[in-house]
Amino acid sequence: MGANREGRLSGAASQPKLRVRDATKVYNTRSGDLLAIDSCSLDIRAGEIVSIVGPSGCGKTTLLWSMSGLHKLTSGQVLLDGAPVDGPSPEIGMVFQDANLLPWRNLDANINFPFEIKGTKPDRAWIDDLLQRVGLGGFGGRFPRELSGGMQQRAALVRALSFKPSVLLMDEPFGALDAFTREEMNQMVEEIWLDTRTTIVLITHSIEEAIFLSDRIVVMSARPGRVASIHEVPFPRPRSLEIMATREVFDLTNTIKMEIIGEQQSRYARPSIAQPAQPSV
Amino acid sequence: MSETDAIPEFKRGGATGEVGISGGMSALAAGPGIRSLREVLAIVLVAVVIIGGTELLLNLFQVPQYVLPKPSEIAVALVTDFHLILPHLGHTLVELLSGFAIGATIGLILAAVITQFPFAEKIITPYILLLVTTPMLALVPLLILRFGFGYEPRIIAVALASGPMVMINAATGFRRVDSGKIALARSYGASTLQIFWKVRAPMALPMIFVGLMVGSIFGLLTAVGAEMVGGGFGLGNRLTSYSSMIQMPQFFAVVLILSLLGILIYVLFFLLGKKFASWEA
Repeated sequence: MGANREGRLSGAASQPKLRVRDATKVYNTRSGDLLAIDSCSLDIRAGEIVSIVGPSGCGKTTLLWSMSGLHKLTSGQVLLDGAPVDGPSPEIGMVFQDANLLPWRNLDANINFPFEIKGTKPDRAWIDDLLQRVGLGGFGGRFPRELSGGMQQRAALVRALSFKPSVLLMDEPFGALDAFTREEMNQMVEEIWLDTRTTIVLITHSIEEAIFLSDRIVVMSARPGRVASIHEVPFPRPRSLEIMATREVFDLTNTIKMEIIGEQQSRYARPSIAQPAQPSV
Repeated sequence: MSETDAIPEFKRGGATGEVGISGGMSALAAGPGIRSLREVLAIVLVAVVIIGGTELLLNLFQVPQYVLPKPSEIAVALVTDFHLILPHLGHTLVELLSGFAIGATIGLILAAVITQFPFAEKIITPYILLLVTTPMLALVPLLILRFGFGYEPRIIAVALASGPMVMINAATGFRRVDSGKIALARSYGASTLQIFWKVRAPMALPMIFVGLMVGSIFGLLTAVGAEMVGGGFGLGNRLTSYSSMIQMPQFFAVVLILSLLGILIYVLFFLLGKKFASWEA
């Protein structure tokens, strides 16, 4: 865990935490081969929060799942601390769009799930601290059906952080939540990140969410997905919701939005201004 | 564990806002949930009316015993001849339990294995369907020719009747693949076997209980039917024997025992399902 803090301090000179090199993925479907992502290259520094945005169907999820080792790349590779990722790693935690709590287990047993699989012992103090932080203290005996959508997603976040991964991959984690719950979750993630400095890669459809959380935002092209551009997000942390109302944020949001719309237009070859790049959830 | 709102309350009397004993149970439990003292009383009252009414009407119209015995005569026969019926109940139970154990075990294992191999499943399913829809009673004369008048043909018939029922329901359960939850387990490095025991099997459990319940009832029907076809013992044999001797009170006493046996099986699996699969609200 200490390693990512050092990595952050020494900056770009050190080896990137997560390195994606010429990642290409072809799906063999019934209607023929589908090139999902094409020669994506991306370096993610230790302790950095990077968001990936792009038109829907651009291969964001494919890229993220390849980083996690859940998908095998057709060509290219993903390096974690310099070592190739060719399967799920204990260094990587994942949060999916669906909380994916096991409905037959209560909250405690759900958080215990990764440890049962890995055969390791949970750090109770750490987990209790996380539960307190996300406001789930005392809910250990509850079953998923007794928790709201936001609570379930917070539980999923705790479960992903419970085994102290050095990289957290989030696949549209808050996409199914209402706007207010989403802002709350974003603040919660930043707060935890300020303490742990876990490297985070986040896929999102919300440019506001990307700006609020990220150090850098990667815009992907329409399918086949390539890295179209990368934007630095220079705002100081902790970021307040007030920052989100400033001119700078507005401009950055618009720049990214126009880029994504441009990508969509190139794909459909017709103007689609009416089609918002960022769906309101 | 601390919350009290999850503990069901028993509320007496009120015509409105009754709180169920079996609130939020599985689909399996949705049927026979008895909700209040009022309902219990109503059920008993209906029984009293039906039994008392039958007794009265049979008395009134002087219906001969060989057409329809009075409930009181059936009750008397049940008590006085119980020691004669009891050994036959034992035989039926032996056939049912061993046949069901064999059939259910094979059915469960087959369901678990073939659902892992979609191709094998496609090939096997029509044959299983054939086994489900063919009345296994039809095979009993053949089985008797081969195995004689002992337990064997009956146990085989019970296994053949209950096994496919268990299998087809369990397979439906195992087929309920939640790719999100499996991806989650895989992201922790879970093996295929771990995914089976920790994700697939618990998810299939409610359907497995449905299969066991339906299968055991089918097994009971087949056991009694097989006993009626041939052999000198078992409750089914008693039915043919008593009816041929026109001992109608005894005949109905055996029918009563069979009904109670069926209800007992149903309640057993209902309670098991409630205990182990109640998460599926």
